[in-house]
Amino acid sequence: MIDEFIINALVAGTMVAAIAGPLGCFMVWRKMAYFGDTVAHSALMGVALGIAFDSENPIIMIATCSGVALMLLFLQRDKRFSSDTLLGILAHSALSIGMIVISMMEHFRTDMMYYLVGDILAISRGDIYTIGAVVALSAISLYFIWRPLLSLTVNEDLAQIEGIRVDLVKMAYMLLIAFIVAVALKVIGVLLITALMIIPAAAARTISNTPLQMIVYASCGGIFSVVAGIFASSQWDVPTGPAIVLSATVLFLCGRFLVRVKV
Amino acid sequence: MEDTSSQLLRLENVCKSYHNNVVLENVSFSVSRGETVTLIGPNGAGKSTLMKISLGILDVSSGKVHRAKKISIGYMPQKVMIDDVLPLSVRDFLYLRPNTTYDDVAEALETVRLSHISHQPVQSASGGEMQRILLARALLGKPDLLVLDEPVQGIDIMGQQEIYGLIAKVRDETGCGVLMISHDLHLVMASTNQVLCLNRHICCSGTPEFVKDDPEYHAMMGRPMEGVAIYTHHHSEGHDHKHHGHDLVEDDHHHD
Repeated sequence: MIDEFIINALVAGTMVAAIAGPLGCFMVWRKMAYFGDTVAHSALMGVALGIAFDSENPIIMIATCSGVALMLLFLQRDKRFSSDTLLGILAHSALSIGMIVISMMEHFRTDMMYYLVGDILAISRGDIYTIGAVVALSAISLYFIWRPLLSLTVNEDLAQIEGIRVDLVKMAYMLLIAFIVAVALKVIGVLLITALMIIPAAAARTISNTPLQMIVYASCGGIFSVVAGIFASSQWDVPTGPAIVLSATVLFLCGRFLVRVKV
Repeated sequence: MEDTSSQLLRLENVCKSYHNNVVLENVSFSVSRGETVTLIGPNGAGKSTLMKISLGILDVSSGKVHRAKKISIGYMPQKVMIDDVLPLSVRDFLYLRPNTTYDDVAEALETVRLSHISHQPVQSASGGEMQRILLARALLGKPDLLVLDEPVQGIDIMGQQEIYGLIAKVRDETGCGVLMISHDLHLVMASTNQVLCLNRHICCSGTPEFVKDDPEYHAMMGRPMEGVAIYTHHHSEGHDHKHHGHDLVEDDHHHD
């Protein structure tokens, strides 16, 4: 008999991994892994603000992550600074705000490790509903923007001339990442959420011939990693987040060394 | 004045500057249906900027850009780099154009004679093949106006002639207008109606036969013309050279 908290963990993790696959593929294609990290760092600020307001409401997390994503879009208008620099500024500023806010709360005793690597055993029914709603909404949005998003990933000028609203589609994609990072924090933690997006996507590349294939394989690989990681975690009493990431890494290594190289 | 009903694109006194650095100064020209206008100029002359302004990707600092209403534009960028991490076949690359079917894609590939690499990864295409793929992408929307940024960059002479031949053929068959950037006046002479020599402003303009003898052109390009072979016939398909040098009248030519 499997314990209820394990079932909750499996359900939440599977949902997050399913949407992290496609979002991660675009992250790999657009070379935006650092953007994922920045949003994750700002999620820590969201945690701190949540504690400050004494609220568990996921809206705080979502608003913080989205705010940082929109801030990046705004700052990118000045072409003197590369996205790389701006992301560094945003990530570390958000992280610092988060740490200062936490340090000001004297009664706060929770181990920070929980936010860094996730605590999948603490997933409640309520969390599952929140994650389910956000994942469903993201999947529907992604279904509508995926072709324009792919087009502007390949070439923005061509996409724009062919009538795609490049700015809107880009913003939608960044907000999707912000939403997913906000709800995935409990499952896998600040440090590892980007890994759940890019490692299954990279693993999928070795066996894919079309973008759609890569997205589907990335989702499947992510789900496999989550399931394997949770079982490994409950079997050997190791932290769940790292166990999930290493499962994905094994998949990547298998793809890299066992599959014949395709160009 | 002149008839503007067949005009697809008209620029009036367009100026563009970045951070007080003037890139384009008082540029005016127009492109009509069935006509090829070629932009020629040295590096940094503002050719690509002018092209992006014509397409509406960039805003002007001053001046006006008129594009005919509801025209479809086909754009061929100078270079498209596609990372190996994206598994994308030639066919799927073309299919990215909105409102396209795989039948349209097959037809466009047939036009540029690349049907045989339809299912290959787009990254494996050679330089010449990539230019033809980009031309196919530009043709997909059945364009009224084709805008081509150095369509033969990095291609050998044979390949260049083939691409210019294809462009002229498409123009003659569909009656679209063509605006293109070229680095070599002599290769495009036979298929161009009007040449604009650009070096921030338009130094000289007119039919290719006249521009090639214009001192402004030589001053701008900075090299003498002696010993350079002049092409007058280079289309093996034998298409109709309506606008050959001899038919042209002298008053097509003017200085700014």
